[in-house]
Amino acid sequence: MSAPIVASPAGFALPEAQRRILRWFVYLGFGAMVAGVAHGLAQALSYAGINILPVYPRLHSYYQGLTVHGVTNALVMTFAFGNGFLMLMTARALARPLNQALVTASFGVMAAGVAMSAWAMATNRASVLYTAYAPLQAHWTHYLGLALVVVSTWIATAAMIAALVAWRRENPGQRIPLLAFVSVTSWIMWWLASAGIAVSFLGFLIPWSAGWLPRVDPLLNRTLFWFTGHAIVYAWLLPAYVSWYALVPRQAGGKIISDLYTRVVFIIFLLVSIPTGLHHQYTDPGIGQGLKAVHGFLTFVIFFPSLATAFSVMAALEMGGRARGGRGLLGWIPRLPWGDPSLSAQLLAMLTFVLGGATGLVNASYTMNQVVHNTTWVPGHFHMTVGTAVALTFMGIAYWLVPYLTGRGLWAPRLAVAQGWIYAVGVLVFARGMISGGLAGMPRRTFMAQATYTQPGWKLAGAVTAVGGSLMSLGAVLFFIVLVGTVVAGKKGEGPADIPWSETITAPALAGWEPRLDRLRVWVAFAVILILIAYGPFFLMYHPHLVSKGYRFW
Amino acid sequence: MRIHTFEKAFLGVGAVLLVLFAGALVYATAAMGVHLPGVAGNVDPARVYQTPPFNTPGVRQTGPGRYEAVIVAQAFGFNPSVIRVPANAQVTFTATTIDVIHGFAIDRTRMNMMLIPGQVSRNAYTFRERGEYLLVCHEYCGIGHHTMSARVIVE
Repeated sequence: MSAPIVASPAGFALPEAQRRILRWFVYLGFGAMVAGVAHGLAQALSYAGINILPVYPRLHSYYQGLTVHGVTNALVMTFAFGNGFLMLMTARALARPLNQALVTASFGVMAAGVAMSAWAMATNRASVLYTAYAPLQAHWTHYLGLALVVVSTWIATAAMIAALVAWRRENPGQRIPLLAFVSVTSWIMWWLASAGIAVSFLGFLIPWSAGWLPRVDPLLNRTLFWFTGHAIVYAWLLPAYVSWYALVPRQAGGKIISDLYTRVVFIIFLLVSIPTGLHHQYTDPGIGQGLKAVHGFLTFVIFFPSLATAFSVMAALEMGGRARGGRGLLGWIPRLPWGDPSLSAQLLAMLTFVLGGATGLVNASYTMNQVVHNTTWVPGHFHMTVGTAVALTFMGIAYWLVPYLTGRGLWAPRLAVAQGWIYAVGVLVFARGMISGGLAGMPRRTFMAQATYTQPGWKLAGAVTAVGGSLMSLGAVLFFIVLVGTVVAGKKGEGPADIPWSETITAPALAGWEPRLDRLRVWVAFAVILILIAYGPFFLMYHPHLVSKGYRFW
Repeated sequence: MRIHTFEKAFLGVGAVLLVLFAGALVYATAAMGVHLPGVAGNVDPARVYQTPPFNTPGVRQTGPGRYEAVIVAQAFGFNPSVIRVPANAQVTFTATTIDVIHGFAIDRTRMNMMLIPGQVSRNAYTFRERGEYLLVCHEYCGIGHHTMSARVIVE
């Protein structure tokens, strides 16, 4: 007995006014990525000792470019796309438009924030990298701009929750459509997680950079940043998981293995994403080893839902491959529709994520972290997670989403298939270089082309990094070409009429304990309790040392 | 909750692996003495050079087979820039910064700490091999970040 994961299987068309804004979110995200990718090539080549910075007009330094790379790719692209994608999923799942004023406000606030921060970065007033560690001090417009990006996600969350509450009122006793459940849960998790940087930016960094607060405590701000900073990776990842769980099975010809299981996985992410942040601060002074160990343990726990995801998504794919005539143990794999650029990009993203997850477990491994912390191992790891599992999945989604939102058919679909492969092969080569360099102690965030030191073992690693990074850049450029081609020259009227939502094998239970899973308020309360346990001891006992004035060492 | 047999097996193996990994980490800490930096006191970054032990950066013996290396970081260098320590002796590195956040990583070892204004960073290491090691700042600290390094000479 298959069951749909949306409220109105027959179809639902979003009002054009809302489609337009969701389109702008997608364009804003990928537009930011153009700026981010542009300097990525210079960084990859720098590891091979090649300096192409003079090619970039008005660029003051490697670190200015690196700041743009991190902010635009990791903060703007991810949240602009996430906002647009998850709001669309929620509206489609509930078959009701969102509050137009909130959708418009969400976009306006994000656009204003991106503009402010872009000005500060472009004029070299904010070369502090995307982590913005105090006491390096950017211009106040940079912090305020990034804060507005976060506020935009809050407004989007409010729009989604409002639609869900209204739907629940009109449909008493019914289960939340699965697609709405996973979409709203993702952004509620992020809303909780963003409390850390909200306090850091609004309470300290903005008043400090504006001159109202003379000094800040670097460790306190760093800890607030990482309160948000690990969960932020799940905020990037969960929209991709929404696609893998709820859309990819349909694209592969299969079905979602379990409605119940999918909900449980997203609830675990809501519960455990946040109380894990200290594993980014294992090597920090001023934080006790006991609390670091607690966060390390919880990071191992959060690995579990990703393991479950690996099984569920793979099972749905196998079902699709077998339905298409695949035989034998692995015969279903070549039978998957690899010619569909949207699916193939996401399959390659999943494969890369296996290595991303494994390297992430090393990062989380308490004492072992000391071998790799702040070496190129770390960017090697996260270019396979956010840089591929997320970014390449978003590109894959764009291959149906942009045609859906514009009504134009995908332009050059075969080029789009090639794009995914080039990018994925590129990132695997790139990460191989970064990972081996990191194991040999090569520092991350460093202009290696002009470093005054080197070590044996870094040279080959750097060369491999440069080759892989060049392939990634080519893959990204091809993506932009396909995207612009679709918007400008895609055949009108050939866009899909509906999103590729999947069915679950069994319908969600209406009786018993399972409907309680839909009480999101209760799960939020449990999440807050876990956060208090994991972070309470630090914030209660920490005595702030407001010791640092701002520095502009760039 | 209906869970497929294969899924049970997959998740079971995954859980066992995670527990084994966690066990290895407990063993490394409890039995092998591999520790992370922790709470080691505070220092006003504006008064680092007036505050012991940072008023005399360098290496000193603190007991039989035990040494302390006191190091002060600032953009873009370490003081002292050459650190001489004996092999097969426990060296406690005590370090801080007078300006922004810096990194403190000694190549080919697990010595890896963040230096954060206001905080004292401390961890111990025993070098088994003689030779020259590279100490680098591995956190972005400004325009000259890629020139910030020092040498550790194990004799």
